[in-house]
Formats: sequence, C-alpha cells, structure tokens
Amino acid sequence: MLTFVVRRLVGLVAVLLVLSVLVFLIFFATPGIDPARRMAGRNPSQQTIAQIRHEFGLDRSLPVQYVLMMKHLFVTRDLISYGSQTKVIPEITSAAPVTFSLVIGAAVLWVVFSILVGLAAAVLRGTVLDPILMILALIGISVPVFWLGEVVNLFTQSRWHGFFLFSWVPPLGYTPLTQNPLKWFEGLVFPWLTLSVLYVGFYARVLRANLIETENEDYIRTARAKGISERRVLLRHNLRTSMITFVSLFGLDLGVLIGGGALLTEVVFGLPGVGQLTYTSLSGLDLPVILATVIYGAFFITIASALVDLLYAWLDPRVRPA
Amino acid sequence: MAEPLLSVKDLKVSFRTEDGLVRAVDGISFTVHEGEVVGIVGESGSGKSVTMMSVMRLITDPNVIYEGSIVYKGRDLMGVSRDAMREVRGEEIAMIFQDPMTSLNPVYTVGWQIEEQLNEHYDLQKGQARRRAIELLTQVGIPKPEQRIDDYPHQFSGGMRQRVMIALALSCNPDLLIADEPTTALDVTIQAQILELIKNLKRDFGSAVALITHDLGVVADIADRILVMYAGRIVEEGNKEQIFYDPQHPYTWGLLGSIARLDRPRARRLTAIAGQPPSLINRPQGCSFRPRCPQAFDRCRREDPQLTAKVGDGHLDACHLSVEDKRARRDATINPELAETA
Repeated sequence: MLTFVVRRLVGLVAVLLVLSVLVFLIFFATPGIDPARRMAGRNPSQQTIAQIRHEFGLDRSLPVQYVLMMKHLFVTRDLISYGSQTKVIPEITSAAPVTFSLVIGAAVLWVVFSILVGLAAAVLRGTVLDPILMILALIGISVPVFWLGEVVNLFTQSRWHGFFLFSWVPPLGYTPLTQNPLKWFEGLVFPWLTLSVLYVGFYARVLRANLIETENEDYIRTARAKGISERRVLLRHNLRTSMITFVSLFGLDLGVLIGGGALLTEVVFGLPGVGQLTYTSLSGLDLPVILATVIYGAFFITIASALVDLLYAWLDPRVRPA
Repeated sequence: MAEPLLSVKDLKVSFRTEDGLVRAVDGISFTVHEGEVVGIVGESGSGKSVTMMSVMRLITDPNVIYEGSIVYKGRDLMGVSRDAMREVRGEEIAMIFQDPMTSLNPVYTVGWQIEEQLNEHYDLQKGQARRRAIELLTQVGIPKPEQRIDDYPHQFSGGMRQRVMIALALSCNPDLLIADEPTTALDVTIQAQILELIKNLKRDFGSAVALITHDLGVVADIADRILVMYAGRIVEEGNKEQIFYDPQHPYTWGLLGSIARLDRPRARRLTAIAGQPPSLINRPQGCSFRPRCPQAFDRCRREDPQLTAKVGDGHLDACHLSVEDKRARRDATINPELAETA
C-alpha cells in the first residue's frame, strides 16, 4: 500500500512536470503569440511593449522564464495573470469549489440513476421496456449539454418561472455552500441534472452491456445451481463483477470534469468554475492561468486514476499485488 | 425395486431459433436410483448437458420449450414453483461444471462462496458455516484448508478449483450430484484424482451421481449404469458390463473404438466416427445415426428404431440389426486388429 502511494506520488510529480513544460513550450512555439503586445493594448508604441516585456521577464531565455514562472506559481504563489493582472492562485482556489460542487453533485446523480436504469434494462431484457430505456439513454448521450442547459434555463428562468414548479429556482450564478446552503442547493439542482444526463445515458448503456455479458458467465450458472435467489444472483454476483468497468470509467470521467471538463455546463448556468477560467485564459492566451489550470486539471486526473486503481483492486482481487 | 430417486419420462427440450425448432433433447426417459452412479455418454451436442440442466431447471434461455416430466422423490420438478426449485437446487440436487477456471466467481473467496450456499439453505450460527466450509475443503483434499479458505479462485490450480467446486456441490449433502464433464478441462493425472475423489465422496456422502462425459474411459471406472446419447436420444442403455462387453448400438461401438487403449497388442490409429451429427432441426427420416453408420440398411432409412430390450435384462438399444449380426460385426469397429486376426 505504501509503495503504491509513493509510486503514484512520484508519477504525479513527473506527469505535472512534463505537462507544464509541454504547455509552456507550445505557448512559446506557437507563432503570432506575443503576450507583451497583447497586454499593451491598442496600437502600443515599441517602447511600451519593450517595457512590458522586461517587466514580465519575457525578454529572458526560455528556461529562465519557465523556472521563474514555476517559482511564482509554487514557491511565492504570486504568479500574475497576463490578462486580468490579478494573482492566479486565488482565482483557481475560488473557482475550484464551484466546479467541485457542480461535478460531485452530478456524479452522485449519475451513479445512482445509471445503475438503476442499467439494472432495469438488463432485467427487463426481452420486454419492450429495455429498448425504450436504451433509446432514452441514447438520446441523453446525444443531446448537447449547452443546448439542454439553455432549454432548461428557458423554462426555469423565464417562460415557466412563474409556474409553481420552477418559481423557487434562483437566478443563474453560484452561491457558496458556506454562505447559504439552501441557495447553494437550489442554484445547483438544474446544473446537476443537466450535466448528469449525458453520463446517466452512457453509464447505463455500459452497465447493461456488462450485466448481459456477465449473465452468460459460468459462475452465474454456478450461483443459480447453488439455489440462491435471482435477486442475489443479480446483485451480489452479476452487478458486483459488472461494476469493474463502470468504476474505471467513472474515476476518469470524474477527474476530467473536476479538472475543468464541465466547461459548457458552467458557462450555460453562469457558474464561475475552473472550466470557465480555463476557457477565458485560453481565449486570452493568458499563459500563467493556462499553466495553472492545466496543472490543476492534471493533478486531479492523476489522483482520480490512482483512486480508480485502488478501487479496481478492491473490486477485482485478480489485479491485487500478491 | 424401490422408487427411483429421479425419474425422467419422455423429456423433450427444444429451443425456438430463427432457423426453426432445435430439438436438443427428443423424448428421453431414464431413472437414477439412490446411491447409483449413472454415466451419460455422447458427443458434443447430443443433449447430455441440456438433459441434466433441465433437471436443475437451469436453462435461462427464454426460447426453451419443455415437454415431459422430471419426477424427483415423487415430485414433478417441471411443475414446482421457482422458490421451491431454489430449495431443491444446491440442497437436494447439486451440480459440478466442466470448467473449474470459470465456474467460480473470481471476486469472492472460495470460503465466501461455500458459506453463501450453506447460509442459503440452513440457519447457521456465526462461524458455523465457516467451520463447515473448512471441513468440506479438508474432505475434498485441499491442503491447509484453514488458510486456503480465504484465497480467491485464481490462487488455485485447475485441479484444486475443481475440488473446491466439488466441496461447494457437496456442502448441503445432496441426494443427487450432477457432474457435467467434471474432468474434461483438466489434465490427465488430475482427471484420475478427481474421478477417484468423486468415487470416494459418493461412498461417504451416499449421493447418487449422474456423470456426464464424452469419454467412455471416464465412466468405465465409476459408473454403475451407462446411457449412450446420440442426437438428443438415448440409443443404448445398460450396466457397465453390458455396455463394455456386449455393446449393441453401432454408435457405442464407435465410441468404444475411439478410446485410446494401452492393453492392445499393437499401436494403431484411433478410429473416429466418420461424418457429423445430424441437424437437430431437420432430423433425417428413420434412424438418426444412419448417415454415419457403416452397418445401415434399407430398414434404417424407413423406420425410426425404438429403444427396446433385445438382449437381456435392463440392456436397451435402438438399432434394427439383429443381435447376431451385431455380435458378428462389432469387432471390426471396436478392435480392428482382433477382427483381422480372427
């Protein structure tokens, strides 16, 4: 266990190092990008540009610039954004709770509902309900999340807002949990539902396929031959082994979303999360913020994949180290 | 004679498919008495496994159609409820499967899997199930059972896993043990050990055994009675001596001829039965074995032979040849070199 953690931590550091160098190089190797020019505003004089260049250390050699940037990011923690001229770290620490609130809530929804839908479809196989559920799942996967979000907003925010069902929905935006838990919850209900739709559909289909595949395994027949109930065969024998794929997908999707992948949902519902931050920094070519968000994202994806490995070993004794 | 433990009467099992009705088992009747070992022999697709899976009602294919009756201890299993059937499974009739590598759930310890069955059928105190599981593992010859009980199936070898399967099957002292090709997936030395184990346990537990195999060599040692199946029907039935020393059906001859034997004067090529088993959708008219039978004559084409006793007590066969013809011809198939010297 200890060696596992140590190995993972070393791997994490290596991944972050490689990624930060790559992002840094891509940024400087891309032609037409001159951050000093961008920061200088409209029609700047050569002098102003040179001054800004000097101020931000952009006239130093690349390795020095990289080391300086890393120092400001991790050691003195006062890396300044090229765009907003504010410190990068507080921007991320204020965006992260928004993303966490959104993604973790949606994850709970999608795990619960995809297991229910997947189990129902597998059990109802051969009836008309199975294809109906699977078509619904397919629709859920296919609906673009920004469109769905806008439609949801159209109904809950304007058209039917007066209707008693939606009158409680607060205006778009985010209220911190610590400030007002009820408002936090109310504001996130529809973002959660919207974000989870895609994943419910996808996970339900994957789970159904796994359940049906496992149903043909010899050990399921053995379980029946032992005389245990169908319900127990389904839940303790079939679902238990079918969850192995589910869990490995889940860990990675969760990592990606926490790392900023919920961008569209955040934008549509006006949630100032990491996805939005990444998006604005990318469109403004704001290297310090890009670097920070990429490292933040990579951190959570690596942590998630380490957690998946642990869960995987817990679920499947065959992959446990002897 | 006492009431048989299991009595199958005119069992037909068919599957609806896109190409038509597949008659996997086509009207077979047999009995298994208490403590008896019945060998069911036939090639792949002859319906042996489907027959015994039907006894356990383990076929989950929604397209299956059953006809006939399966009477176990006076109850027709075809008619009992699902819940009542669950009590029969595992507790009264238990089953061992062909491939021990895949028949145990990979994510639970072997102890968990044995205890699950015990807890399902008995009201046990905490710790009792575990003690019983250790006892069972000891009985099937697993060394250091107190430690191995917490191991997962993948930590056992094939032979050891099959021992675990046997422990699982015997955990509730079943009256009937169905062993579906229990040795097929194992290598030869392990095969012998497992057969020896089944033989001993049958003695200790007093269970009747229905042993399904495609290898007559496997049943030679332990079966009291043998059923030979071909294309979903029984073509010959008799006790061990009758089947091995006075086989009546040309298909049985073929099976006997294809056993590798070391007690013969000189090595020869193993004879195979030519051709393929018939389609179970469109059964050929007359005898099902006729297209592959070197002894076939006119009557075989016209008339479907019935399973009847022609030679003696309890020895039934479904072949039109006269007993004299059979005795004169069979050595050519079973022991070609003996036939040549004769």
